[in-house]
Amino acid sequence: MAYLYNTPEQQQQMLDVIGVESIDQLLTQVPKELQLDRPLDLPAPMTELALEQHVGKLAAKNNVDRVCFLGGGAYDHYIPSVIDELASRGEYYTAYTPYQAEASQGTLQAFFEYQSLICALTGFDVSNASLYEGGTAVSEAAFMAMRVTRRHGKVLISEGVHPEYRHVLETYVRNLETEVVTIPTVNGTTDLAKAKELIDDQTACLIFQQPNFFGCVEDGEELCKIAKEHGALSVVSFDPISLGVMKRPADYGADVAVAEGQSLGVPLQYGGPYLGILACRNDYVRKMPGRLISMTTDRNGKQCYVLGLQTREQHIRRDKATSNICTNQGLLALRATFYLSLMGPEGMREAAELCCQKAHYAADQLTKIDGVDLMFETPFFKEFTLRVEGGAEKFLKRAAAAGFDLGPELSQFPQAPTSVQDGVLVAVTESRTKEEIDALVAALA
Amino acid sequence: MRNTISTRPLFELSFPGRRAAMLPDCDVPEQELSSLLPEKSLAEKTAPLPELAEGDVVRHFMNLSTMNMCVDTHFYPLGSCTMKYNPKRHERLSRTHGLGDLHPYARPEDSQGMLHLLYELQEMLGEIAGLPAVSLQPAAGAQGELAALHLASAYFKSKGENRTKVVFPSSAHGTNPASAALAGFDCVQLEPSENGLVDPDDLLKHVDEQTAVFMITNPNTLGLFEKDIAKISSILHDVGGLVYIDGANMNAILGITRPGDFGGDMMHYNVHKTFTGPHGAGGPGAGPIAVRDFLADFLPGPVVTKSEEDGADIYRLTTPSRSIGRMRSFFGNVGILLRGYFYLRTLGAQGLRDVSEHAVLNANYLKARLSDVLPVPRGEFCMHEFVASARQLKDAHGITAMDIAKRLLDFGFHAPTVYFPLVVAEAMMIEPTETESKETLDAFVEAIQTIVKEDASFLHEAPHSTIIRRPDEVSAARNPLLNWQACVKD
Repeated sequence: MAYLYNTPEQQQQMLDVIGVESIDQLLTQVPKELQLDRPLDLPAPMTELALEQHVGKLAAKNNVDRVCFLGGGAYDHYIPSVIDELASRGEYYTAYTPYQAEASQGTLQAFFEYQSLICALTGFDVSNASLYEGGTAVSEAAFMAMRVTRRHGKVLISEGVHPEYRHVLETYVRNLETEVVTIPTVNGTTDLAKAKELIDDQTACLIFQQPNFFGCVEDGEELCKIAKEHGALSVVSFDPISLGVMKRPADYGADVAVAEGQSLGVPLQYGGPYLGILACRNDYVRKMPGRLISMTTDRNGKQCYVLGLQTREQHIRRDKATSNICTNQGLLALRATFYLSLMGPEGMREAAELCCQKAHYAADQLTKIDGVDLMFETPFFKEFTLRVEGGAEKFLKRAAAAGFDLGPELSQFPQAPTSVQDGVLVAVTESRTKEEIDALVAALA
Repeated sequence: MRNTISTRPLFELSFPGRRAAMLPDCDVPEQELSSLLPEKSLAEKTAPLPELAEGDVVRHFMNLSTMNMCVDTHFYPLGSCTMKYNPKRHERLSRTHGLGDLHPYARPEDSQGMLHLLYELQEMLGEIAGLPAVSLQPAAGAQGELAALHLASAYFKSKGENRTKVVFPSSAHGTNPASAALAGFDCVQLEPSENGLVDPDDLLKHVDEQTAVFMITNPNTLGLFEKDIAKISSILHDVGGLVYIDGANMNAILGITRPGDFGGDMMHYNVHKTFTGPHGAGGPGAGPIAVRDFLADFLPGPVVTKSEEDGADIYRLTTPSRSIGRMRSFFGNVGILLRGYFYLRTLGAQGLRDVSEHAVLNANYLKARLSDVLPVPRGEFCMHEFVASARQLKDAHGITAMDIAKRLLDFGFHAPTVYFPLVVAEAMMIEPTETESKETLDAFVEAIQTIVKEDASFLHEAPHSTIIRRPDEVSAARNPLLNWQACVKD
């Protein structure tokens, strides 16, 4: 009877009102020959206590007690207590998509504030109320660029973009005419000469990541310029924390900015749910995918919020819709809203500075170890790529034995270029201390 | 008493110099930022985020939260959305140390507990579907649809066939055609028969050797079981096509019948509907797909596989041999998948069947009690939801489905889904779910009985007691105001 209410007496009263003898009689709509003639083969039910013990045992088999220097698109940033507390409110997490504005002003205003905060962070005029995660946000941006430019032939993407994001883009276009062309990297950043060579007047957009997958800082301004000169849109996949110190996408000329928002107060939880951010110039608002919340007034002239521009969506336009997205990542967008509200301009700047300073200290110390070098001589922000003489495997095992996780290794990504296959990523967030970094270096020296 | 100061727009609460989050001092030797990062990449000033104290943030968002309806406070009879109770144990369990804080690139040997759990979930979803091969990757139901359509295309191409068409009934969820178009297919729409079901004879006229997939929701969006589904499936299979089951309405048939048994070749689940991942005011969801064995090699990866080594079970992340590729980065919406796992382990086989039986009982009870004021044009009985029509009320008294929906908010009930599916005039789609009591359903019926006797002009003005009343959606669409700072500048 887990979570059910109606007692046998009540069930009987209900059946009497319906005018049937049994629930089975209601189920005769399902032809007998299609009905399952046995119980489902599932594990036996558990009480809350038994389940907690069972889950506890499974969770204990996961090792999360090492100090985390893992990166590659998901980071161990600090999450202020307020976020869990507010996001645990049933009024937020058990609410439905805010189609009934009168019953959803709390959510609608919070999503409007999310949009406004993302605009303040990126420098753009418009943000949607979130997409699935960083990888699909890249694909949605590419489709949006095709609608804006009416060019469906080619999408350029830098090899410096997260290999899994590139893989997602290839999946999304696999049945279409669109060709995904990869711009190679040199010394860890997008090869600008190659970018100029590969772009043409059939190209819908040029996509790059800032800082890129290897941790390196790209010449964003130049890449946006190259796109613009050929009438393509520039799409940047940015690290939200980096904007505490680095130029905003709109300020260096990008047309569309997307991001993985996990850094903004979302727990790691083995890769999801995360948060896809998408912001752009006002000109493209009607070509954007996803939900948009608009400020308006009610019949009494009171300021309020509604889901706006729904006529672009799948429930109206069906096969002509701007995208097939139906759910968004509301609860994660809410967490990002709380995070940005708590951090404010100074908190974002300090977090970014701490990441940058500590990452550089860690890189300086690690590269003092014999046989350990930076793979690229290119400026980086909070993550960098190491090359370890004789391969990374032993190195990582020693780190793990001493209580530290580094990585991921670039060799686990089939899409990463062969020249960097022996690299290993190291991410350093504001959560790491000098003591931890020194202990890591001591263990590996 | 409503606190109207704290609910003012967030940016207006900002006060220069105010701080919430404080970060530790830098404990490593500091260097000039301009020596670490290229000068031209550095911001000239900080982003114009609001400046707030921690108390500002807490009070603002706590007060906003009170301006919402939600399942924890209200009955949500929303057709097609399955707004059932979200068990509290799931929230704590999903944050268990070792689950909530596991990095996606933790090595497999450090994630055996998580992989074991996800493997079990794959197995359970395969059994419930009657379709044994499962990928948990898709982030939402609509992404599950897209994955399955790419999969179908890859499957046909592997056989040297280039099929271009996807067929669906006009009552289908809008994501079906949107996903088909995004996957590069031409969409063919089928009109339903008089009884609201797909007519196999009509379907025959619309499918041929160019048809890749027929997408169908069963039970359908009218809450009726497609009784000819076996025949429909064989029509598709006869022309070499595949049958896709939109799993949005799985809540009606758990343990009663299985898509794999009634002819489906592929389906998606909406974990946030059927298996109680909370809706989160729009998401996140999770949209795993289940397919027949002969399609397993094409699934999006990674999937979890199990092997036995030295007498112990070892779990790995594996990409199927002819995989269509990744649908998103990392594994999937694991936090929501965990909630689905907890739910299935709590209920077991009999519990799941009870869920569907009670969902069907509650829906038929509501339908029977409302039938004199809100008749249901099609079907003697329904499954877990039904579509009533306010057409008679509109013709006789000028009362629309929207009027009733809005007025229900005054009675403390969320509005049903209105004007969908399009095949019913003045449609009101009602899904009580199994987690509502007879008392709640009775109170809902009484509210509707009261409303339909009210004056039409009074109803046009409804809701009367909510904090805002009928927002101007037309101007919001014509001249959208999407960003506080832009509004202020204007």
